[in-house]
Amino acid sequence: MFDYSSVLSRTVVELKKSGIRKFFDLLDGRKDVVGLTVGQPDFVTPWHIREAGIQSLEKGKTYYTSNAGMPELRAEICNYLERRFSLRYKPDEAVVTVGGSEAIDLAIRAVIEPGDEVIIPTPSFVCYEPMVRLCGGVPVTVKTTVENRFKLTPNELRAAITPKTKMLVLPYPNNPTGAILTKEELEGLAEVLRGTNILILSDEIYAEMTYGRAHVSIAAIEDMWERTIITSGFSKSYAMTGWRMGYLVAPKPLAEQMLKIHQYAIMCAPTTSQFAAIEALKNGDEDIAMMVGEYDRRRRYIYRGFLDIGIDVFEPEGAFYIYPEVEKFGLSAEEFCQRLLDEYKCAIVPGTAFGEGGESFARVSYAYSIKHIEEALNRIESFVKTLK
Amino acid sequence: MESILKLLEDNATLTPEQLAVMCGKETGDIKKLIESYEKEGVIVGYKTLIDWDKTKRECVSAFIEIKITPQRDRGFDHVAEKIYNYPEVQSLYLMSGGFDLCVLIEGKTMKEVAYFVAQKLATIDEVVSTATHFVLRKYKDKGVIYGPQEIDERGNCN
Repeated sequence: MFDYSSVLSRTVVELKKSGIRKFFDLLDGRKDVVGLTVGQPDFVTPWHIREAGIQSLEKGKTYYTSNAGMPELRAEICNYLERRFSLRYKPDEAVVTVGGSEAIDLAIRAVIEPGDEVIIPTPSFVCYEPMVRLCGGVPVTVKTTVENRFKLTPNELRAAITPKTKMLVLPYPNNPTGAILTKEELEGLAEVLRGTNILILSDEIYAEMTYGRAHVSIAAIEDMWERTIITSGFSKSYAMTGWRMGYLVAPKPLAEQMLKIHQYAIMCAPTTSQFAAIEALKNGDEDIAMMVGEYDRRRRYIYRGFLDIGIDVFEPEGAFYIYPEVEKFGLSAEEFCQRLLDEYKCAIVPGTAFGEGGESFARVSYAYSIKHIEEALNRIESFVKTLK
Repeated sequence: MESILKLLEDNATLTPEQLAVMCGKETGDIKKLIESYEKEGVIVGYKTLIDWDKTKRECVSAFIEIKITPQRDRGFDHVAEKIYNYPEVQSLYLMSGGFDLCVLIEGKTMKEVAYFVAQKLATIDEVVSTATHFVLRKYKDKGVIYGPQEIDERGNCN
């Protein structure tokens, strides 16, 4: 009998299984459940984008591209960032990655050494902490609060900084809370960072999904560009999750080091997807507007729905999640979600899946049709009535 | 408020209450707006899209190209009126190009449709000729794809 424990990396074995995975495993194979769990668009990739991918295959474009991604794609990424967010990058400061997740991985691996501290506001997406641990780094989580609408505040940031702090993760617009940071709020954080040697990993995968105001990147704030790595991708904004297309942009001295890791680990992002991505950036602005308009209507609908049921919730301003508070029903988030699933066949994700601070909340995705949302809200309402 | 029209065009089952929440307006205002659209004839009607092929009901439809001799003073309108008053006529369009009117007819059988064309349409004085094209399969109508029910195959992974 082979002793696997003797060969496996201890760091990897000690990594916690993602909390979100634990909950999703409960759902596997269940067909009777009305869920609001999925963290991806319910739209199909717009046809003209799919067609560009198909055409590239028909023309036999099945080769590797350059490591950093096709020059045309990198140029379009730079055009896009300038057009939408007034960000200035040159094509050699962009690396095309396999989804936004790879970009995050590259950013952390290129920078973090054993003992380095990384400040991670929570609740947030599940990948930052384990990736930091894989590098021997120390995740320093900062619990954001509903009182501050789950925004990282300058004081919280200041309190978390030590001489070992190397990086701040800025996960806004936020999964799971739907929080965003405005220009003024970013200025406040920038003030704390100015004069330090701390890098920013700004995960802007939901940048297109803000409601009522346009997204502002921290890289657009004075003195922040040179210390910022932006990671983003096509999954959410163009409904392209399955294409696995992401990218990062960063000042060249950082980008060229991250590219080395990408070159050895991945070689290059899938060529078919790169062709589709070029089409998305060139002719996809209207698709984004259409989809974001639809998410916005659903956001208003589900927000009102929770208020009408009598569940406390703050109005989300970004991404496609809403983050209701279930504390007053006398159940932990996990119990609430488990019982809702068992008794009313409705699935939402306990906030605990997204790190500290989620104990009394649940993440609810509204990347579903109004009809589906309505049915789920009805079930939640029936459940909550039994708790009062 | 053209967005309301667009939303209703896509889904007429949305209630004024739902529309109000989705658009951040008052229910009363939405009701008034819809009423005024109805009064002005901007909203002409509400229908349901049904894939009859999935039911037991027998149904065929055909597009018929019609060439006509327009009448002095009355142009095409008079003939059009004669044609659209038949309940069998689902849609009627005045066309540019090789023919004048395009009629969409629905009937129970091909025979019934053929009979209608021969007896009712072809006999109208101004009608010069007709060409009937039976629909073999409806793939998409009013922006909706007619196919197997879509299932949500999205993976739960983040």
